Amino acid sequence: MVYKEFIQMRRDRLTFAMMVGIPLLQLTLFGYAINTDPRQLPTAALISDDSPFARRFLAALQTSDYFQLGDRLDNAAQADRVLALGQAQFVVQIPSGFERELLRGERPQLLILADATDPSATGSALAALAELPNRLLAEQMRGPLAAYAPQAPPFDLVIQRRYNPEGLTEHNIVPGLMGVILTMTMIMMTAVAVTRERERGTMENLLATPVRPLEVMLGKILPYVGVAYVQVTLVVLAAMWLFAVPVRGSLALLYAAVGIFVLANLAVGVFFSTLARNQLQAMQMTFFFFLPSLLLSGFMFPFRGMPNWAQAIGELLPLTHFLRIVRGIMLKGNQAAEIFAHLPPLLVFTALALALGVLRFRRTLD
Amino acid sequence: MSEAVIEVRGLTKRFGDKTVVDGLDMRVEKGQIYGFLGPNGSGKTTSIRMLCGLLTPDAGQGRCLGMDILTQAQRIKRRVGYMTQRFSWYEDLSIAENLRFAARLYGVPNVAQRVDQALDDLGLSARRQQLAGSLSGGWKQRLALAASLLHSPDLLLLDEPTAGVDPQARREFWEHIHDLTEAGITVLVSTHYMDEAERCHRLAYISAGRLLVEGTPQQVLDHVGLQTIVVEGASAAQRQSLAALEGVEQAVVFGTAVHLSGSNAERMGHSVGRYADQQRLRWQRVQASLEDAFIHLMQSQRGAGPNRSASTQAGAARGR
Repeated sequence: MVYKEFIQMRRDRLTFAMMVGIPLLQLTLFGYAINTDPRQLPTAALISDDSPFARRFLAALQTSDYFQLGDRLDNAAQADRVLALGQAQFVVQIPSGFERELLRGERPQLLILADATDPSATGSALAALAELPNRLLAEQMRGPLAAYAPQAPPFDLVIQRRYNPEGLTEHNIVPGLMGVILTMTMIMMTAVAVTRERERGTMENLLATPVRPLEVMLGKILPYVGVAYVQVTLVVLAAMWLFAVPVRGSLALLYAAVGIFVLANLAVGVFFSTLARNQLQAMQMTFFFFLPSLLLSGFMFPFRGMPNWAQAIGELLPLTHFLRIVRGIMLKGNQAAEIFAHLPPLLVFTALALALGVLRFRRTLD
Repeated sequence: MSEAVIEVRGLTKRFGDKTVVDGLDMRVEKGQIYGFLGPNGSGKTTSIRMLCGLLTPDAGQGRCLGMDILTQAQRIKRRVGYMTQRFSWYEDLSIAENLRFAARLYGVPNVAQRVDQALDDLGLSARRQQLAGSLSGGWKQRLALAASLLHSPDLLLLDEPTAGVDPQARREFWEHIHDLTEAGITVLVSTHYMDEAERCHRLAYISAGRLLVEGTPQQVLDHVGLQTIVVEGASAAQRQSLAALEGVEQAVVFGTAVHLSGSNAERMGHSVGRYADQQRLRWQRVQASLEDAFIHLMQSQRGAGPNRSASTQAGAARGR
């Protein structure tokens, strides 16, 4: 019995590859890619007070290793924009006359804007930030200035956690879950449904009728678009009623974006169905695609915490881009213009997957 | 000569480096039942798939219902009914749902009416809501046939339609096929059953993708030129001896009798007659059956080898 089982295992090359491949994939992803303490987070600076203090402060941010200073911004609108697009995780805002007020002991405010959509991405950086003023002042206020060295910092560090001020993880997880659910069900459903037709011989029958292969394919996947919208509606309703997750952007925009994302996943499903010889293989392929999607898309772990190679893979996955879109719409209240910025990679992926799926689908008939 | 429904020349299909159908020439006339015979893997199914536009031939050309099989496959499909080897309708749909689906695929007008009619013809009106998966093999086959007839095709392609169906249902099925040809439908049917082969107007025997013999059943028999002698009541040891006699090329056991066949009638008659008389066994010459003829064809294709021993053939005959 055991011997027979091993023989069959060896015959089914794909299953065998999966059995070895999945543990390897897991080891690689969990071992190397995942880091729950992201550093080098992109930080933009809006400096209206180009004083030695401001420069010291920025330098201190940089050396803390948590912040990677990038663009200098000119105005508050730009600050809003880089955060809304997710280009920067933080914006440091030093108001004009900051140093002057500091020296006068007027306790000026230093503002840090954080994109707190994912609380775990910003958590440790903000904790490090809280330590910063004291350390900074300890080295700054020496010599004649030592008299000014106070117990408490002479300025207020105001941290504004945007989009998710209370740092509730469910605000981040629930919208993301929508993408995860869609990825899982759409790929699996189409891959299995199409493979089943082939396995049971009904595909041959269909293709002997005047129905064209493309019509067969469309007919197979269209019902699942309906299923997808039911799922999305369920998640949106649950987000609103059960988890009190805000929906700040337009639902119509969300539903439109879902359409593209669903198409991408259905195309992947069709592509898998052309590779799989049976339903079991179709399931395994789905899992092989789903695992990196789950781990590298920024759903479970902060995207910016991953090494570059993992981020590069993540950028290829449709879920990564959809997560930015869905979180953008629900939490950040992104408008169409901001969403469009996330669309090109998703569209390219969809077009490629569709083309590949259709080509392979046609070829397997012969 | 009457109108040709199928006329193909040099039809060839390769899968990888394996040539599955090799230069097939075939002509089927209107209203005929054309039997397609050959061992497993000889290219019957592949040929049928090429005829109905499921596969594109790698070489060759031909017309089916007056349309080019290379360029007009889509139009051919509208007028062809195809019944696959395995039941390939949906086991999780009811009988009526399957028929309705089939009717819509072919764009049949008045779907409800056609489906009701088909259910009546099948005698399945009362069980229309039953799931197709719960039907027996014979009923599944009837359902599949009904589904492939909904759009009133001019040509029926049947790929081993009666595999796994009981004799009664098989007989009824063939009655039905004959009725259809009376109505002007042409039928191409592949089969492994020799009683079915005998019911065809013409036969083609293919092996390893090549057409070996073609013609009416009688022409096929004449072509093979096989003689058969039936010897009754031989013991196993005697059968061994009989099979080894001069001129005996095949020995197949049927119950208490053994059928000995050979292409040289005179030589075989001489040696078998002498041995049987000597052992006091009853023997008589009979007309060779199609089965004997085809086994002879299969053997001569494989060439002389260990397959020719009597025991192997007896085993093969029983296995079937």
